[in-house]
Amino acid sequence: MADNILEMRSITKTFPGVKALSDVSLQVAAGEIHAICGENGAGKSTLMKVLSGVYPFGSYEGDIVFEGATVQFRDIRDSEAEGVVIIHQELALSPHLSIAENIFLNNEQRGVLGLIDWNRTNTEAGRLLARVGLRENPTTKIMHLGVGKQQLVEIAKALSKRVKLLILDEPTAALNDEDSDHLLDLIVGLKSEGITSIIISHKLNEIKKIADSVTVIRDGRTIETISRTEVTEDRIIKDMVGRDLEHRYPDHTPHIGEEILRVENWTAHHPQDGARVVVDNVNLSVRAGEIVGIAGLMGAGRTEFAMSLFGRSYGSRISGRVFKSGKEIRTRTVAEAISHGLAYATEDRKVYGLNLIEDIKRNVSMAALDKLVSAGLVNDNEEFKVANEYRKDMNIKSPTVLARTGKLSGGNQQKVVLSKWIFSDPDVLILDEPTRGIDVGAKYEIYTIINRLAAAGKAVIVISSELPELLGICDRIYALSEGRITGELPVEEADPESLIKLMTMETPR
Amino acid sequence: MTDTRVPQQTENIGPPSGRIASTVSHVITDIGRNGIFLALLAVVVLFTITTEGILLRPQNVSNLIVQNGYILILAIGMVMIIVAGHIDLSVGSVAAFVGAVSGVLIRSGFEWWVAILLSLLVGALVGAWQGFWVAYVGIPAFIVTLAGMLIFRGLALVVLGNANIGSFPVEYRALGNGFLTDVLGAYVVDPFTMSVGALAVALLVIQQVRTRRGRQKYAQEVEPIVWFVGKLALLAAGILLFAYALASFKGIPITLIVLAVLVLIYGIVTNRSVFGRHIYAIGGNRHAAELSGIKTRQVDFFLFVNMGVLAALAGLVFTARLNLAGPKAGDGFELEAISAAFIGGAAVQGGVGTVGGAIIGGLIIGVLNNGMSIMGIGIEWQQAVKGLVLLLAVAFDVFNKRRSGR
Repeated sequence: MADNILEMRSITKTFPGVKALSDVSLQVAAGEIHAICGENGAGKSTLMKVLSGVYPFGSYEGDIVFEGATVQFRDIRDSEAEGVVIIHQELALSPHLSIAENIFLNNEQRGVLGLIDWNRTNTEAGRLLARVGLRENPTTKIMHLGVGKQQLVEIAKALSKRVKLLILDEPTAALNDEDSDHLLDLIVGLKSEGITSIIISHKLNEIKKIADSVTVIRDGRTIETISRTEVTEDRIIKDMVGRDLEHRYPDHTPHIGEEILRVENWTAHHPQDGARVVVDNVNLSVRAGEIVGIAGLMGAGRTEFAMSLFGRSYGSRISGRVFKSGKEIRTRTVAEAISHGLAYATEDRKVYGLNLIEDIKRNVSMAALDKLVSAGLVNDNEEFKVANEYRKDMNIKSPTVLARTGKLSGGNQQKVVLSKWIFSDPDVLILDEPTRGIDVGAKYEIYTIINRLAAAGKAVIVISSELPELLGICDRIYALSEGRITGELPVEEADPESLIKLMTMETPR
Repeated sequence: MTDTRVPQQTENIGPPSGRIASTVSHVITDIGRNGIFLALLAVVVLFTITTEGILLRPQNVSNLIVQNGYILILAIGMVMIIVAGHIDLSVGSVAAFVGAVSGVLIRSGFEWWVAILLSLLVGALVGAWQGFWVAYVGIPAFIVTLAGMLIFRGLALVVLGNANIGSFPVEYRALGNGFLTDVLGAYVVDPFTMSVGALAVALLVIQQVRTRRGRQKYAQEVEPIVWFVGKLALLAAGILLFAYALASFKGIPITLIVLAVLVLIYGIVTNRSVFGRHIYAIGGNRHAAELSGIKTRQVDFFLFVNMGVLAALAGLVFTARLNLAGPKAGDGFELEAISAAFIGGAAVQGGVGTVGGAIIGGLIIGVLNNGMSIMGIGIEWQQAVKGLVLLLAVAFDVFNKRRSGR
């Protein structure tokens, strides 16, 4: 193991207010396939961005040693010049350009007068495509390829740059089994050509199949590196979750009443690709005063389920039935969903939740402006009063409700979003990642608010990537994998290991 | 653009010096927020000097209103469209088209008021057509209204058969040329006009005092009383001077009455109605508005219907003023209306802008036009100056936002 192609030593990376990586070390042997595991937000992608120069030298602490020499990458060009190529989860291909054009983007094959030599471009591209086993004409446009084939084009592009170390960020997340197998075989094939790979993946069975060693990262720290012979799924899971459930959650004594919401056979397809099932026959119910969690990895269909339910805000070909207190209801538009007492607080406050250029007052009233109307006009004094009550009640830290929401911190923005929905007087609240990007103190406040809502007899559904959070605040947890409910556990019977097993369970299609 | 005002709790308990300081700071933030109003004053002062006072002569003040009435009418609809994040390039063509339609209606013997109502209806249909493509098909408004600009210019020519239609009935022409005067008898300074001015001042004061009382009742911050009274007094003086100018000429232009009613209605709609609030919510963040249950398509659709009606009205006023429906009518109106909205503080990204701002923006353009014409500056330089003013106004806005850290 003396022959390490890469050593990352004591990497620390801080963002304003957050330590994303803390003293992380990583050793990758030449010619191996090295897997990196960790929960969402553990710091895997950040580490890879440091390695590939997305976060330039100087913006982090620690050393990167590549092929025995310390390197200081200022940007992706620098790292690519050394043979380090990263393929991101969201593919970076231009859909209207051909395969060959994409492969040689910003690396054009030039001929006379510096003009592009199309013959050489297409011939070279054809040769690279053969290497990755993709039988397509190099002049085919990217938009006509499926995701699996696009992934292969990305690898061909990497090969064109004489890659030595290939980094793949969740390469199979969007692929079906057949495409996944082909891709994994290809990575093993590249290994025999001497190309080292780092693969970030959630899929433990894949890791077991191809990885020579596994490094687990949790909360921005390296936990351990396990060699092939010692890898077991249980050990990886234990490392990923950790044992320290010392985060504090407010006490919550459930007073659970009648069933309020029941969803039956809920299915939704991808908005563009109508053949792809994203939410698959989901059945779920919540009762008054109950806090129900939905656990699932990124891409499991959690948000897609919630948004398709909430006025068909996501997806196509949606089917299934919704019952409110035993009566079937329709939720075909957001207005309809709200009128039936549903509320959905989005995972992305800034894009989907708030009008950032407006003040707190107008954001709070946005979903239920009708409540403030008298004689056909909005009573803005009443609006001010209501917003002010929420400001005090939710402890929104701002001297006045006339402050623009774009200037508030994440925690206070989230309190504004919650105020907006509470003001709409819902019976069911779906909270999607309610504490994402919020500091620890504000998280506790959000949990307290959730408890108060449940105590007031509301049904609350919490979607979260953080298992300790779900275990800390929920009464019951559903696990979602690849769009399907793979299990349902009362919180007393749930632990991180059992949940991760359910969340990574592969369901036969 | 400071948003976090310090609550004025010192007003009653603080020492006098603190009160003065807080009043001063309030006045300064208020002035900062109403920079556009000051810009209008500056332009007026500048041209009063360069035209040796001609700008403010009664006849010219009256002309300023009737010459710009149709642009101001368009600016009201335009600013709402822009706040929602769209644009409408077709308004000039629609105005020409509707003017032509009204001419044909008059010529075929319809009563003047029937012709006007039908013309407004045609405007609504035109708006519905464009709104349909924008809201329900999802074609960007820029494209839809660019197409509309060509379509309705073409249709205007078709309707006119490549000739002018002239000689409208006097009631119709009043829309652009008429004056309300001598109701209380004929004097040098019309007493009726002055009474209306006084009434406007009274209504303004009542409304302002009621608003202030309401805010106080809800324990909201209100402006220091000195500034409140001072500002009202200045505004009242402005209104009375304006009324005096009109009263010394021919009285109240009908165009001004139409405009005043529109500003009142649309001021309330944009500020106090649910529909108006939804426009701002959509412009600020369309996704968030949608996920808050706002029917964004419906709002978009009715915004264009509304714009169609206002464009029709502008077309009628213009036709009435010229007593002629011609193929070149409304040429370039869209650009003046769009400029008015942006000079008046509307944001290119949407979500920001007011009817009042657009009106003032339109008046700035009007004063520029008028002032430069009096000075004998050629049309070529007028164009260039107006373009520069638009650029600087928006640049100022962008700079202001960047400074306030947005």
